[in-house]
Amino acid sequence: MPQLTPAERLKIPRQPMPEQPAAQRIRGFTEVALGFTPELAVLEANRCLGCKKPKCMEGCPVQIDIPGFVKLIQENDFKGAARKLREFSDLPAVCGRVCPQEEQCEQFCSLGKKGQPLAIGRLERFAADCERADTQRALPALAPKKGKKVAIVGSGPAGLTAAGELLKRGYEVTIFEALHEPGGVLVYGIPEFRLPKEIVRYEIDILRRMGAEIKTNMIVGRTFTVDELLNNGYSAVFIGAGAGLPILLNLPGEHLNGVYSANEFLLRMNLMHAFEFPKYHTPVFCGKRVAVFGGGNVAMDAARVALRMKPDKVYIAYRRTAAEMPARAEEVEHGKEEGIEFMFLIAPTKILGDEKGWVKGVECLKMELGEPDASGRRRPVPIPHSEFVLDVDTVVIAIGNTPNPIVPNTTKGLKVGKHGTIEADAKGATSRPGVFAGGDIVTGAATVILAMGAGKKAAQAIDEYIQAKESH
Amino acid sequence: MYTILDKQLIGPKVYRLRIRAPEIARVRRAGQFVALRVTKEGERFPLTIVDSDPAEGSLTLIVQEVGLSTQNLCQKNAGEEISDVAGPLGHPTDIEKFGNCVCVGGGIGVAPMYPIAKALRQAGNKVTTIIGARTKDLIILEKEMRAVSDDVVLATDDGSLGMKGFVSDVLKHLVTGEGRHFDLAAAIGPVPMMRAVCNVTKELGIRTIVSLNPIMVDGTGMCGGCRVLIGGQTKFACVDGPEFDGHQVDFAALMSRLRMYDHLKAQCVSGAFAPAAKST
Repeated sequence: MPQLTPAERLKIPRQPMPEQPAAQRIRGFTEVALGFTPELAVLEANRCLGCKKPKCMEGCPVQIDIPGFVKLIQENDFKGAARKLREFSDLPAVCGRVCPQEEQCEQFCSLGKKGQPLAIGRLERFAADCERADTQRALPALAPKKGKKVAIVGSGPAGLTAAGELLKRGYEVTIFEALHEPGGVLVYGIPEFRLPKEIVRYEIDILRRMGAEIKTNMIVGRTFTVDELLNNGYSAVFIGAGAGLPILLNLPGEHLNGVYSANEFLLRMNLMHAFEFPKYHTPVFCGKRVAVFGGGNVAMDAARVALRMKPDKVYIAYRRTAAEMPARAEEVEHGKEEGIEFMFLIAPTKILGDEKGWVKGVECLKMELGEPDASGRRRPVPIPHSEFVLDVDTVVIAIGNTPNPIVPNTTKGLKVGKHGTIEADAKGATSRPGVFAGGDIVTGAATVILAMGAGKKAAQAIDEYIQAKESH
Repeated sequence: MYTILDKQLIGPKVYRLRIRAPEIARVRRAGQFVALRVTKEGERFPLTIVDSDPAEGSLTLIVQEVGLSTQNLCQKNAGEEISDVAGPLGHPTDIEKFGNCVCVGGGIGVAPMYPIAKALRQAGNKVTTIIGARTKDLIILEKEMRAVSDDVVLATDDGSLGMKGFVSDVLKHLVTGEGRHFDLAAAIGPVPMMRAVCNVTKELGIRTIVSLNPIMVDGTGMCGGCRVLIGGQTKFACVDGPEFDGHQVDFAALMSRLRMYDHLKAQCVSGAFAPAAKST
């Protein structure tokens, strides 16, 4: 097949992702994006100019060889593309779906200078999905067993990645997960219509087949402490316990019925299947008029989950403007299509209740943008006398999460920062020798791919640490 | 994995279960609880650990059948398994040598009160226990409480056993009528009962701890569903509690939040979602 010239490549438009239409998809929780067909994938892949200095790689937190895997798709070697991805990423089917590519690889794509960037995320998803469909796929190669065990605290993206990398290096790995199902935020936070759980289970199953022992219902900090693990045969511990503590606003009325933290709302819906009540026994309340306060991915997830419960109205109320919203662009787009009403420059001041103790409205203030704050974004400033009441019967507070203090509080000598984050160096080493950390518990709430990158670096550092101890 | 080792009916619709959970039994302390999920479709709910045997690797739980989840648990027999049990959760009771302690257990609340009474006695406290129930047949754990208390007073609303009256009235009588002195009171039971005891102890100036029972999901501090107002501040019962200073608790808010899913209970009638091949 003849090679395309750059001019020909530039002529190919960015291929649209086949998706379920909004009116259809909000009736259920099936995945919105359907994935490229092989033809669409090859066509999209052919847009890649194969730049000599691939800027896209600089935008990738784990420096995936993007031109490399894309070229293999161009050549119809989808399995090869997946294998190439696996050299760098342990969760390509997840990241292809949830990475904010517009802020990472795709932001730096040369095609984006004059046109639309290469749909790198969609191509990654395509290759990873092909790999999943290949039931003959071989497990990653494992180094000879070193006879050493490592304990992993938390089975979210950081922990799963650290586990996989350590298994490949020949270590025995036990993952301790507090909940009854592994996956962390991948199963309790991100809804099915964005990330089918089958994908998470597939990745976890691979880890099991590689030899990982996964113990659920094990709360490190309560059932065992980190020190007990170190004193009971584990040569090192990786803490990937995440940022699962919800930030509440401490507003009057926050205790009213019908008011949820986004964590509780999503935990009930995603992990406990409350949307299938009473088949699944966990209930949830989702009324006719829902307000979600917040502007990140969690807020978008909560709003789009609420929408699928068929209320009359779902609002996203954010205290800054659309330009400052941290949520992934595609989620905001999909949310708009699905009928979410966005209200910007709004902040809640009081939650109002009826005589039965249920929320009936939220008193809000209008905001305007003032000087930038510590995050670099312009700080919202209340406009005096601009109070109004938002008429809602369900409120979800999705303004952020910080690390759960259980592990830091029960691990002597572990240095912890201002917001409860564990202090760790670039390789994940903490103030305790043999104790490493990565993901949201170090950075605060962030992305799957950053957690994955941290798990990978920590696995390397743990390997070096254990080998160094061995040779003394 | 979490096998039921033993099951006994100890009162009307009240069962004592001994379950295999060696990792939890090893470290559990009085006042802590577990989060259970009976089946894969089940909800997660908390139960106080009444007792534990580290050698056997077992926990004792006492459950009252009040709805679908507790029914599903109580319908399981020895040899069967519970899908998930996680713990031990919550802060252990702060056990010190206070002096004279009065432990007030109302209804099913006597079960979680047992480990606290036992731990207080073991720490050298003099323990008076008040066990209350609506009527004689609903009094539970009398023998067990007698074994860990210096004296036990029974109270029934209808006077069918022991003193006639609410446990709060009985406590007030012990202090103002019989001149008893208490350095610490502990109260566990239905929320109106805990509130009534706290009203009495506040007047009498007795420091009081209560163990709160809000609706919980994970039990590990990640959702805020169990939030309670203590002295006007939001606390999570699962990680800041479950025990709190009874005089600081907003009981009205707790009662209101406990009613949140009442309107859905009708959809969980027993039999409709009971495990297959079960006869009533």
